[in-house]
Amino acid sequence: MDVPILASAPADMSFLPALTARRRARALVVLVASALIGIVLCLQYGTERIPLPELARILLAPGAATDSAAGVSPAVIVWEVRLPRLLLAFLVGASLATVGVALQALLRNPLADPYILGISSGAALGAALALQFGLAWAIGGFTAVQLCAFLFAAATIVAIYRIAVADGRIPVQTLLLAGVIINAILSALILFITSLSDSTSAFRLFFWLMGSLATLGYDGLGALAVTAVVGIGVLCAQGRNLNLLSLGDDPAQGLGLDVERVKRVIFITTALLTGAAVAVSGLIGFVGMIVPHAVRMVLGPDHRLLLPASALVGGTFLAVADTVARSLLTPAELPVGVITALCGGPFFIYLLMSHRKEAIG
Amino acid sequence: MDACYQLRDVSFRYAQPWVLEGCSLDVSDGEILGVVGANGSGKTSLLKLMAGLLRPQKGRVCLHGSDVATLPPLEMARLVALVPQESQVLFPFTVGELVLMGRFVHQRGWGWESGEDLRIARHAMRIMEVDHLATRTFQALSGGERHRTVIARALAQHTPILLLDEPTAFLDLKHQIDIYGVLKELNRERHVTVVVVSHDLNLASQYCDRLLLLHEGRPYRTGPPKDVLTVEHLRVTYGCDVLIDAHPMTGTPRITLPRAEARPHLIPQ
Repeated sequence: MDVPILASAPADMSFLPALTARRRARALVVLVASALIGIVLCLQYGTERIPLPELARILLAPGAATDSAAGVSPAVIVWEVRLPRLLLAFLVGASLATVGVALQALLRNPLADPYILGISSGAALGAALALQFGLAWAIGGFTAVQLCAFLFAAATIVAIYRIAVADGRIPVQTLLLAGVIINAILSALILFITSLSDSTSAFRLFFWLMGSLATLGYDGLGALAVTAVVGIGVLCAQGRNLNLLSLGDDPAQGLGLDVERVKRVIFITTALLTGAAVAVSGLIGFVGMIVPHAVRMVLGPDHRLLLPASALVGGTFLAVADTVARSLLTPAELPVGVITALCGGPFFIYLLMSHRKEAIG
Repeated sequence: MDACYQLRDVSFRYAQPWVLEGCSLDVSDGEILGVVGANGSGKTSLLKLMAGLLRPQKGRVCLHGSDVATLPPLEMARLVALVPQESQVLFPFTVGELVLMGRFVHQRGWGWESGEDLRIARHAMRIMEVDHLATRTFQALSGGERHRTVIARALAQHTPILLLDEPTAFLDLKHQIDIYGVLKELNRERHVTVVVVSHDLNLASQYCDRLLLLHEGRPYRTGPPKDVLTVEHLRVTYGCDVLIDAHPMTGTPRITLPRAEARPHLIPQ
């Protein structure tokens, strides 16, 4: 052996370019800036285009412009209609992308997302029931639809966990299988509810299930914002744990991770985030799978960076996608789920093909 | 010498048949113990029980007097590092990132690496000769390089006890003896206790202070290599006759496999 066991080596970072503090900070600054610029640019578009100079005036002087002679003033459109909707899209996108990252690490399956596990379907069933029975109550800013989605997502997680857990552990295959089966049952129940509805509410349910970000205004936004910020924050704090967990249960435990405790934290948090997102937006499918992939390809798999970066990219992505969805065929509005799938798919294929060579060579 | 591990009447099974039955064993502090035996004799299960990854249905596995089942993972990982037989890494982590994960138990909170972590990880990579691969992804490595990376991660964990499952599988000749050289050096300089599962009886014979020969889930013989590795014992446990003489350098038992007779009519025409 050439290297003495007890000798010391210099503490330089040269062997870890991906981890240097400067690179991390730079990546996050770029992503925050892109998110802000993206949202401002999106504010221009809608039924009526608001040119940038006017938009800048409106944004810089809030409350100064309600003087429009007829109709709704651009300031009202920007502040009361477009901004809350964009923020909603951002929060939903950020939540779904972060949940995707966490589930992929947890299941060591790059295709895992809330849909495969049936968590979204669970949330959707709860929301569909609340819509069908016209539940109109609210608790502490959370509407009945949100709370039902949230409870059903959590119940789905618990059910999957109970089915899949054996001897205090969760074998990955059993878990995925449990997810698939639960998903099938829940989808059948959702279809059943839809078939019971009259045609108007069936259409409404159908449109919502396709994924849409109809305006809630600021009232509905508050509850989602609290859930999203807390949930994403909790998951981001798990970055180091998720790095280990993604290696597998035994290696992770061998390196010192309390595997079952971390899994429980992830289950609860992802249920909350998914429930909150699905309740307001229905089933938006591509964000939780594609954003983590894309970010991982560019920034690497370290979850300490991957989680916050995916949240920012997911939020920006959905905000832009929703803007496209509602301005493409004005005054008609496309479900944003259609847009995310249509631009997410090809982008994903492109990334896969351009990075495959590097990964192998 | 103090007892490091104490296994008392340990029985374990995955499903129906017992994989290990009534297994008792003492491992002293600072010894190198080799675990040998035929396929399916329970070697890997024994190691996983010692690492706390499996729980025995009967009996107790004690580490420094406390039951492994009661030790939280963090505390366990400060004492014991395990090198598994095979490692899979799904996501494109680099060698450097993976070796640094060995520092998990020594980090806190959000856990960005300290200078100390980087220094130790770097050193572990140099010992295992994977430092030139530090920025390569795990998936891009050969089998032997992967294995050395995982061993480097276990070294970076800086534990007083090392458990290794087939550390020399996949490795070329130079790296086989290098691994055992590292184990010997760790044992001498840092008083690290080593338990190593090995299929290579010759390496085990040369480097281990003591051998445990498992047979059908039970300890068959325990003792110094020259007492355990006899023609008679190996015939019973492995089911084949071997030639044994002394290693020309160390004098430890050297096992040579006989030439197998061709078996006519085994392969249908």
